[in-house]
Amino acid sequence: MFKVLLARLQQKHRTIAYPKKEPVLPDRFRGLPILDNSQCLKNCQECVSVCPTNAIQCTEKGLQIDLGRCLFCTECTSVCPKGAIQFSTEYRLATRTRQDLVFDGKVFERAKILKDSIHKLFGRSLKLRQVSAAGCNACEADINVLGTPGFDLGRFGIQIVASPRHADGIVVTGPVSENMKLAVEKTYKAVANPKVVIAVGSCAISGGPFLDHKEVHNGITDLFPVDLFIPGCPPHPMTILDGFLRLMGRLKQ
Amino acid sequence: MNLHSLSLRNSQSCSYKDVPVVSIEELKGTIVSCVQEGKRLLAFFAQSTGEKEMQLYAVLGNDKLGTLSLLSAKVENSYPSITDQCAQAHWFEREIAENWGISPKNHPWLKPIRFIPSYREGQDAWNRSKENILPCVGDYYQVQGEEIHEVAVGPVHAGVIEPGHFRFQCHGEWVYHLEISLGYQHRGIEKELKGGPTKRTLPYMETMAGDTSIGHSHAYLQMLESLANCQVSQRAQALRGIALELERLANHTGDLGALANDVGFLPTANYCGRIRGDFLNMSALLCGSRFGRNFLKPGGVAFDLEDSRIKEFQTKLENAKKDVTVAAELLLDSPSVLARFEDTGVVSKETARELGLVGVAARASGLSQDIRKDYPFGIFSSFSIPVAIYKKGDVFARAYVRWIEIQNSIAFIQSMLISMPKGKTQMPLSSLAPDKIVVSLTEGWRGEICHVAKTDEKGQFSWYKVCDPSFHNWMGLSMALRNQQISDFPLCNKSFNLSYCGHDL
Ligand code: SF4
Ligand code: SF4
Repeated sequence: MFKVLLARLQQKHRTIAYPKKEPVLPDRFRGLPILDNSQCLKNCQECVSVCPTNAIQCTEKGLQIDLGRCLFCTECTSVCPKGAIQFSTEYRLATRTRQDLVFDGKVFERAKILKDSIHKLFGRSLKLRQVSAAGCNACEADINVLGTPGFDLGRFGIQIVASPRHADGIVVTGPVSENMKLAVEKTYKAVANPKVVIAVGSCAISGGPFLDHKEVHNGITDLFPVDLFIPGCPPHPMTILDGFLRLMGRLKQ
Repeated sequence: MNLHSLSLRNSQSCSYKDVPVVSIEELKGTIVSCVQEGKRLLAFFAQSTGEKEMQLYAVLGNDKLGTLSLLSAKVENSYPSITDQCAQAHWFEREIAENWGISPKNHPWLKPIRFIPSYREGQDAWNRSKENILPCVGDYYQVQGEEIHEVAVGPVHAGVIEPGHFRFQCHGEWVYHLEISLGYQHRGIEKELKGGPTKRTLPYMETMAGDTSIGHSHAYLQMLESLANCQVSQRAQALRGIALELERLANHTGDLGALANDVGFLPTANYCGRIRGDFLNMSALLCGSRFGRNFLKPGGVAFDLEDSRIKEFQTKLENAKKDVTVAAELLLDSPSVLARFEDTGVVSKETARELGLVGVAARASGLSQDIRKDYPFGIFSSFSIPVAIYKKGDVFARAYVRWIEIQNSIAFIQSMLISMPKGKTQMPLSSLAPDKIVVSLTEGWRGEICHVAKTDEKGQFSWYKVCDPSFHNWMGLSMALRNQQISDFPLCNKSFNLSYCGHDL
């Protein structure tokens, strides 16, 4: 018993000060890209050709990165002769629509609060059921970590629950393999209406690295109406938490 | 060593034409006798020859000498199964049957392992049509008798965890047998690697088992560099080694926390959950990603550790070391925890050897096996790390081996940081040599990772085979559950903590 108490003293209180204080992310962390069209050489297309998931487009209208496909792999930044693509440490990347993830370097439309009638139900307490549908266990791990005392998801009224019957919505990771399709659909159906659907990671949003494999369904966007898109491969836990809280209207814009 | 095999070392590229093609009888005889002598079957798989015949390849490892032997045989649609004389072939033969529709005759338990259509259209080992393949649907091993009941769990589990199906045969609380059925996570990666390297190859390596990004991409890149004859600098090797050990630290720490949680020992469960994050954040300090994504690149690494960053790194590591020491010692010293950990989920040394278990699970059953020592690669060719062994084969042993490895990995990183070798972080990579074959091994945090590939006349992959440690170890979990209480399943499962997607690829 004495040992347990000593250990408790040694380990201290370590829950992060967020949201009172902004988190500090490492300098090499890759968040929202910074795009500088003005620098692009004519007909260069170097970035487009190296991107593993065809997330970039470079047309007369300028550069565009689909964050729903991006793996934040830096191949484009390293190949660009002009440094027209950089990554900032801006971690607030969740959106309410798929289209909002297509970023042209100008305004990024962050996720907004749920509509009134639903917000009334879920704004202060949100129970979520997680389903991994061929996720690689990194997205899963960074959702799981939100439950540790470091982030302490519970203090925001959010809980990951054991059954869809206890849940207000589902959080899906992975590109939805053919073999998991039925199970995801059943889990979705088992949640009572109204419900929220959250896609975490480029896999669940677009298929991610497995985009267009015939063994997968390119994520959940064709299967269910999605309320929140959280991009990344995997998204940082802060990106996920920020997305949840925005959906619940717990953060100022 | 048998004369009819090609002897090679870890990630040494050899001329493909030197791989002997022997008769199927000789292949079987060699595998059986080599495994009896104490060698291990690291990989056993089939590939298409482009003709009607298929080619079987076997990779055998001599852990004591650090040598690998490779041999092959041509077969058509069936061949005599090896499993009856060599249990290590059990899962491999089921994979061969499923992927290519080749039947290993008299296999004692020939079922699909992933529930996917055959790679050869119209050639299915069970005559299934594509449409009627349903994941994990089929016959299960059954125990008969009064009061015997069956418990089915999954694919969707209660926690945030990957999907799989578990079928228990129970008598009251006691489990007589557990059959594990997987395949839900199949994304078809191996097939896509053919014709590579492409721009997706590295992302595939990093996500085939996303908690082992460094382990798998290290295996891939050392193979690539061998094929391109590229010398990676010692500095880059050291940085790769640091990333690999950080991956081990994060996962082992997380596992100790999860084990604590499963027996309701909340102090360590909570501390380790957080400390695991500290190790992941160190990966992020190194490369921006908590999972080491995009850190390893062909020819080296994407980022360096400058002197100022080394300082920060050292402080963080020192703090995490203090915290994890308190948390682990508290766990492994508590009588209430030991009462649950000890003698639970025992896998004997003999069983572990017979099944060909690898990694933590093998070492916890008293087998001395560690690729870092037996078949050194990367930085471990010049820096040795002790092998952590414990004999009892129970949950405690698997926890304790992790704790020893945590200490060893911290010591390794600390000594690297004190005297980082000099050199460029990345070297240019030329094209890959044509018509070669390579076996590349690394020791991921779960255990042995084995990649085998062949290049064609253009230096592209004709095929690429991956064997994740979980592929060897799922059967170990089944055996651990024999004669255990079903309520101990979560604990036993955590003590293995195997990968679903790494198995299903
Ligand atoms: S960072 Fe994103 S956009 Fe750039 S190459 Fe990688 S996946 Fe494509
Ligand atoms: S988005 Fe990336 S990290 Fe998440 S499951 Fe897919 S591959 Fe893994």
